[in-house]
Amino acid sequence: MKTIYKVPSAITSRDTTYCPGCTHGVAHRIVAELLDEMGLTKKTVIVWPVGCSVFGYYFIWTDALIAAHGRACAMATGIKRVHPESFVMTYQGDGDLASIGIAETVHAAARGENITTVFINNGNYGMTGGQMSPTTLIGQVTTTSPYGRKPELNGFPLHVPEMLATMDGPAYIARGALDNPQHINQAKKFIQKAFTAQQKRLGYSLVELVSTCPTNWKMTPVESIERVKREVLPIFPLGEFRAVKGVE
Amino acid sequence: MGEKLLMKGSEAIAEAAIRAGAMAFFGYPITPQNETPEYFSRRMPELGRVFLQAESEVAAINMVYGAACTGTRAITTSSSPGISLMQEGFSYIANTNVPCVVVNAMRGGPGLGDIAPAQADYFQATKGGGHGDYHSIVIAPHTVQEEADLMFDAFELADKYRIMVVVLVDGLLGQMMEPVEFKDWVDVKKFKTPEWATVGQGDRAQRNILISFDILAEGLEKMNLVLQNKYAKIRENEVRFEEYKMDDADYAITAFGTVARIAKTTIELARNEGIKVGLIRPITLYPFPEKVIENRASNVKFFFDTEMNEGQMLEDVKLAVNGKKPVYFHGRLGGIVPTAEEILDEFKKHLGG
Repeated sequence: MKTIYKVPSAITSRDTTYCPGCTHGVAHRIVAELLDEMGLTKKTVIVWPVGCSVFGYYFIWTDALIAAHGRACAMATGIKRVHPESFVMTYQGDGDLASIGIAETVHAAARGENITTVFINNGNYGMTGGQMSPTTLIGQVTTTSPYGRKPELNGFPLHVPEMLATMDGPAYIARGALDNPQHINQAKKFIQKAFTAQQKRLGYSLVELVSTCPTNWKMTPVESIERVKREVLPIFPLGEFRAVKGVE
Repeated sequence: MGEKLLMKGSEAIAEAAIRAGAMAFFGYPITPQNETPEYFSRRMPELGRVFLQAESEVAAINMVYGAACTGTRAITTSSSPGISLMQEGFSYIANTNVPCVVVNAMRGGPGLGDIAPAQADYFQATKGGGHGDYHSIVIAPHTVQEEADLMFDAFELADKYRIMVVVLVDGLLGQMMEPVEFKDWVDVKKFKTPEWATVGQGDRAQRNILISFDILAEGLEKMNLVLQNKYAKIRENEVRFEEYKMDDADYAITAFGTVARIAKTTIELARNEGIKVGLIRPITLYPFPEKVIENRASNVKFFFDTEMNEGQMLEDVKLAVNGKKPVYFHGRLGGIVPTAEEILDEFKKHLGG
């Protein structure tokens, strides 16, 4: 009999703490598949963030740390510099990475740290109850932008991959989405390239994953997926923004 | 011990840390201690070790935190405003039970303050500083030689208790040059990755998780009790102090670091006038040498605490004396260093009482 489906060894048996329709589970799954497929699970340290995925270590079985809010790339830098043979990954949301941790992210990228970041962008602070984040769309209603995000008051959404792609330090920068099987396969390919960049010591790698937050968006899972396609992807287009020679 | 060298305190600290086995330095420039990271930046690459200038003190301490989680001897150095920025990291490091060493060359505060020597970060260093119930071991050298010696002890204590050790100095102890003789090099080839380190599971049966987090209060209380038990052991075993001319003393001066050094001259001046005064100098500010002060309370007529702040260690001295004898105080603020004569004059004001 041919196995066509199995749980990656890097996925634990625990039920996730994520809401129905949240794409963290899909992101975890493709990360875990790649850790297995690329033989990385036993040499990996994941630096988890503050946010909904603070519990990520419940679900992906590797050595694990939880950074202070926004500090994951600094912590990962500390590990990688003294232990270059470890595979070091941060998993961060948009509040964590793009707001409070933007300095640590930009400078890790500028230094070309050999670490990989999986960046979950769901356009709000999920765990704290759906406040506005740097990637909240113009007009989007959140608990701290009750009249919708207004440029004159809150500025504009931050495009992290586009910004990092202007720098010389990063080896690989891409944005994927998790709203349909085709996009999920593409996102997995992007993360595989990001992991390869680290394995080959080519520099910093980051993959943004456009994600859903049905609970705080006050939508059903299906409506959330439709919103990603209709409203989010036109603002946050998918693709590879930087790939140095050797990334494949 | 090797040859005697004439060195600045801020460079002796770096050289001693290197000889004590510091494998990684992460830091951010700030006066008055820039000679320390500059020294590391030259020496660490020569030895194949890590020097990295971080984008901020916030990043620097979190790099130290990451390196510490691999069981690697890591250090950062800074001065008061930079140390304030690191407090979040200190709190996380405390509850994760990982070892590291931090040097604070204190300067005048609050706020931007100035760049002159001060001791106004005593509360911040000894009482925790960041959020939550925690302590770091805090040691306060008063000469360049002692700075060099205590760097070795700082790393040993950090590893022994898996705790952050703060070496609390000031701009004066960093800038002065004195003869110094270093202890023997620690053989870093013997360093092994500890069982608890997060470097990837490898052949271990279990994975390692190093976090300062438990969402359930019952679990977090247990984590807190682990810390409190550790602090109790430290208070029991690691108190260090110097008693100077206390055997026949009628009066005790209490002081640490730079001011303790000046107070030794005050004591010479006083004894020339026939006043029998001695010095109790805490070397560990946490754990605080409360027993020696408590015991001396039965011998002396009063205590005289002097610091470059408004009376911070004074509170610990008063707690130790516990009302048995008067405790007087003289302090200078904002980066003013008191003279030996000034301290003597202030001390003598209380002799009539």
